Amino acid sequence: MTFRNSLIAAAAAGLLAGPAAADLVFPSLDYRTGPYAPNGIPLADGYMDYFTMVNERDGGIGGVPARVLPCETEYNTTKGVECYESTKGEGALVYQPYSTGITYQLIPKASADGIPIHSMGYGRTSAANGTIFEWVFNYPGTYWDAASIMMKYVASQEDDLSGKKIALVYHNSAYGKEPIRTLEILAERDDFELLLLPVDHPGQEQKATWLQVRRERPDWVLMWGWGVMNQVAIKEAASIRYPMDRFIGVWWSASENDVKPTGAAADGYKAITMHGVGSDFPIYDDLKTHVWDKGLTAGAGDQHGTVLYNRGLLAAMLAHKAALKAQEIHGVADITPAMMRDGMENLEISEEVLAAAGMPGFMPTFTVTCENHGPPGLGAIQQWDAEAGTWSLITDFIAADRSVVDPLIAEDSSAYAAENNLTPRACN
Amino acid sequence: MFYREAGEFKTSYAEDQATFPIAFDFWRFWVVIAVAFLVVPIFATDYLANAVLLPFLVFAMAAVGLNILVGYCGLVSLGTGAFMACGAYACYKLMTAFPAMPMPVVIILSGVVAAGVGVLFGLPSLRIKGFYLAVATLAAQFFLLWVFNKFGWFYNYSATGQITAPEREFLGVLVTGPNTEAWATYLFCLSFVFVFGWIARNLVRGRIGRSWMAIRDMDIAAEIIGVNPLLTKLSAFAVSSFYIGIAGALYFAIWKGAADGNEAFPIEISFLVLFMVIIGGLGSIFGSYVGAAFLVLMPVFLKNLLVSGFELWVLAIPAGIALGLLLGAIAGAVIRPLATRLGANPDPAAFWGGTVVAVVFSAVFAIGGYTGFGWPTDLVNSLEPVLLGGLIIYFLIAEPHGIAALWRTVKERLRAWPFPY
Repeated sequence: MTFRNSLIAAAAAGLLAGPAAADLVFPSLDYRTGPYAPNGIPLADGYMDYFTMVNERDGGIGGVPARVLPCETEYNTTKGVECYESTKGEGALVYQPYSTGITYQLIPKASADGIPIHSMGYGRTSAANGTIFEWVFNYPGTYWDAASIMMKYVASQEDDLSGKKIALVYHNSAYGKEPIRTLEILAERDDFELLLLPVDHPGQEQKATWLQVRRERPDWVLMWGWGVMNQVAIKEAASIRYPMDRFIGVWWSASENDVKPTGAAADGYKAITMHGVGSDFPIYDDLKTHVWDKGLTAGAGDQHGTVLYNRGLLAAMLAHKAALKAQEIHGVADITPAMMRDGMENLEISEEVLAAAGMPGFMPTFTVTCENHGPPGLGAIQQWDAEAGTWSLITDFIAADRSVVDPLIAEDSSAYAAENNLTPRACN
Repeated sequence: MFYREAGEFKTSYAEDQATFPIAFDFWRFWVVIAVAFLVVPIFATDYLANAVLLPFLVFAMAAVGLNILVGYCGLVSLGTGAFMACGAYACYKLMTAFPAMPMPVVIILSGVVAAGVGVLFGLPSLRIKGFYLAVATLAAQFFLLWVFNKFGWFYNYSATGQITAPEREFLGVLVTGPNTEAWATYLFCLSFVFVFGWIARNLVRGRIGRSWMAIRDMDIAAEIIGVNPLLTKLSAFAVSSFYIGIAGALYFAIWKGAADGNEAFPIEISFLVLFMVIIGGLGSIFGSYVGAAFLVLMPVFLKNLLVSGFELWVLAIPAGIALGLLLGAIAGAVIRPLATRLGANPDPAAFWGGTVVAVVFSAVFAIGGYTGFGWPTDLVNSLEPVLLGGLIIYFLIAEPHGIAALWRTVKERLRAWPFPY
């Protein structure tokens, strides 16, 4: 018993240590171990490298150095919450959990603590309603946007959707279930048949799922997968010779690590993306000069230029710009999480901002507002070329069907507000 | 010295049969309880509550439940995660269907629901034993989680299949939801663990516990002396699932606030609780608590030591010395047979070798523990299962009855101290 108490005290100290010198803290709830590591590592590397670059090149954000606090979550909500609790005392400005499960857990906690969450293209879709989810942001897009855009693309490839069969292969968790509601409404509207095929964590075993695909012969397969599940699904699809160009992944099932294990058979696999592909952006010169050549790169340094490394860069860039905006609004360099929130809510990503960040044309432009925390809701379709080993965009950025997505967001967010006795705040 | 029966005279049977026959033990117990109820809440922060205290209490509850089944009645179960899920989903349905129901009632009713389900899955135990029963309870694990995912009624048809605990007060203090105070959730869980720990301890000392143990030791003999196997086995399943159900309800409503069926109650939870019981000590209520504390605290401790550091000498030095002594003991145990083989005198070799290792590593860990070693987070995370596996192997070989048995040995030694046997 006394041993237990001394350990409790020991753990207390970890927290009581308190905030260190003035710097801007960006916790990175990453996962470099477990079945989701193939996707977690490039994300974490990109996030870390971007802030290292900012510190090395600009001497920090507005003169204050940025400090990234890595915390291993293993994509596990318990560990994610532990990471949140252990880092929030350090003055964490914004949380990016890279996990819908962890995001769901953190939304109420962070809202109560007054720390913003940026679930970039994941998490709770209805958090796009800024009047109810004051502290949560999910720009530049949500899962319901993604589902709508993917179906728009499918519709553009087919003469008529009615009578078609569309399968959704999804991670059987809060994450994978997100698009179902939108797809069900679209299925009713466009009269196609929706086939739901859940895959349990971690997704190593999908023989039965793909046997079902083989039997049902859906016209298109959509996938909401993550981690090792992606590679296995693409391998299984190849083994039943499912046409790859009729197989579309969400933006989290869209990286090199997912398609490469299948080799040439993955050629033609499609996925939606929220940003540009490749390393043909000026920011890569800065990364090379200020980070890689100085030996400061995070991780093994073998992820540069991959889709998810780019997404890590994007997440960090958006946090960086929001912090700058917050400094500009409040006129102080050492901002608080509440100021950071203001910065995020007034964030404007224009062509000039992207160009200044060394990422011209990297993504569509957008402006966050008090009402809308999830703009612009655009996505493009990318396709894998197995021989060249590259992704290429095959469409322009497509807009989601707002007439479908917006009512759903309003409905779900007001249900959340009713459940938690929240009154929507007024936006002027 | 102080820890012995000498001079303590029992004048009634009740006194003689007390849980703590030694006065020092009795008072030590109450001091620990008083500290837990009165002192810890003062220092409870959000981090401490969510990363250390609540997980410990919840898993202690589950471990007590599983220990009743595995340790006392000898029935192996791998369905702990599913029974916790039963408690959690029952709690959610009760909270949303009857908003006015007081939280303790909700929690206890959740335990009752889990007990009912547990009895149902305990029925095969009348025909099968050992591994076969483990497989039957494994079926519960997969079947129940499938049910909770498949049918929308269980999660009130929410879009993602998540269940989220609405805000509830008890005695005017918030105990669920995001706006709770750390001390409130801690005290709420602690009260449950204390009361039901008390009940469990007395249950296993009484007639019911005796009949469980009779069945465990030899079921045919037990039947011959008049223990009804049907009632005994099913009551073990019922009581065990009741505890585990309460643990599940606390896990969902008080600690996590939201849960996703597949993610929150996987088979790993079943194994984790089983490991707690094995490491803590089969057939010991105290062992359940120690096992839970050990497995909950180890990862947090490792993370603080190896990554970020304690940043307080008061903590770094004892932690360093404890680890140093541990490594010294291991070194001594390794050196002894080596010295024998090399023809040296094993006793001094082991003693001095162990001492050198202990001193060096105490210093290293004390200094390192203050600043943190700054190891990569992924490495520390991967180290955790390695240590856990190593410990399980160690305990299975060296002390199959777990930490509780080690503790018992220490107490026996203390009674005879300073005279060795």
